[in-house]
Amino acid sequence: MKTYTASITVTLRRAILDVQGKAVEHALHSLHMPALGSVRIGKHIEVEVQAPDTDTANDLVMDACKKLLTNPVMEDFHIALVEKAAGVPA
Amino acid sequence: MKIGVVTFPGSNCDADARYGATVTGNEAVQLWHKDETLPIDVDVIILPGGFSYGDYLRTGAIARFSPIMNEVIRFANDGGLVLGICNGFQILCESGLLPGALIRNENLRFVCKDVHLRVENSATPFTCAVKLGTMLRVPVAHGEGRYTAPQETIDRIEANGQVVYRYASPTGETTADSNPNGSMNNIAGIMNERGNVMGLMPHPERACEPLLGSADGVSVFASLALHVAHSILI
Repeated sequence: MKTYTASITVTLRRAILDVQGKAVEHALHSLHMPALGSVRIGKHIEVEVQAPDTDTANDLVMDACKKLLTNPVMEDFHIALVEKAAGVPA
Repeated sequence: MKIGVVTFPGSNCDADARYGATVTGNEAVQLWHKDETLPIDVDVIILPGGFSYGDYLRTGAIARFSPIMNEVIRFANDGGLVLGICNGFQILCESGLLPGALIRNENLRFVCKDVHLRVENSATPFTCAVKLGTMLRVPVAHGEGRYTAPQETIDRIEANGQVVYRYASPTGETTADSNPNGSMNNIAGIMNERGNVMGLMPHPERACEPLLGSADGVSVFASLALHVAHSILI
């Protein structure tokens, strides 16, 4: 069994107006940073996974995302998995 | 008629919902989120407003997996009447009993004020005591009440008459100004296709006494009583 750290990024679906992102974008522009735009605000979730391999770990996290961690009606998500090196304290 | 009101950790409108039931002469019982069975004689289940589980992760996302929710979903699938108010509406959407989702208000503010609702369908167990187009004055109090769904879902629920209440001006026009949260099509309350599960963001249970500013919310409880009495007669 290996231990992985999954970093899950959750954002509102593109079709849904991200009002938080818009408000922050306006704030950036009022701070004279016109080069910055298309701000999107989401959530970052980290979770440790015990699994024999990356594919299994990915499947487990995917299942958790679909069941609980995200709502597919309004959110998209992205999973990044990193295997924790053996013997290195967390 | 007997109404069961579920108390989740963080519910804060459960006592008001029980009051709304009793003010119309019905019986109300408190149900607990850890209950694994429902009383056999409840006619209606209410999921009340509040901040179940602190609204952590997403509103309603954790409450949806409470032990009692298995029974509530079974009750609804058997045709039982289920009403979700505010946080209860969010829980119903998370549980898949109602389509769509409720997201952060368009203006990013918690909105707490009276709104006007236009009854869009009076042929439901929740509105049968009032006429189509009736205007109700009822308070809203939420930060995440913007009703959102894919366009094809909106088209379907509109075509099916599943939109039960819409935010409108006091004279009944569905203007952008009368929409407190940016909900699509000014939607304030919807029901499922079968018509036995309804969710709404405004709080009818907080508008059950003229002394508190409005008694228009009584119409929901009176409709449920009328519907249940009529069903028993049949």
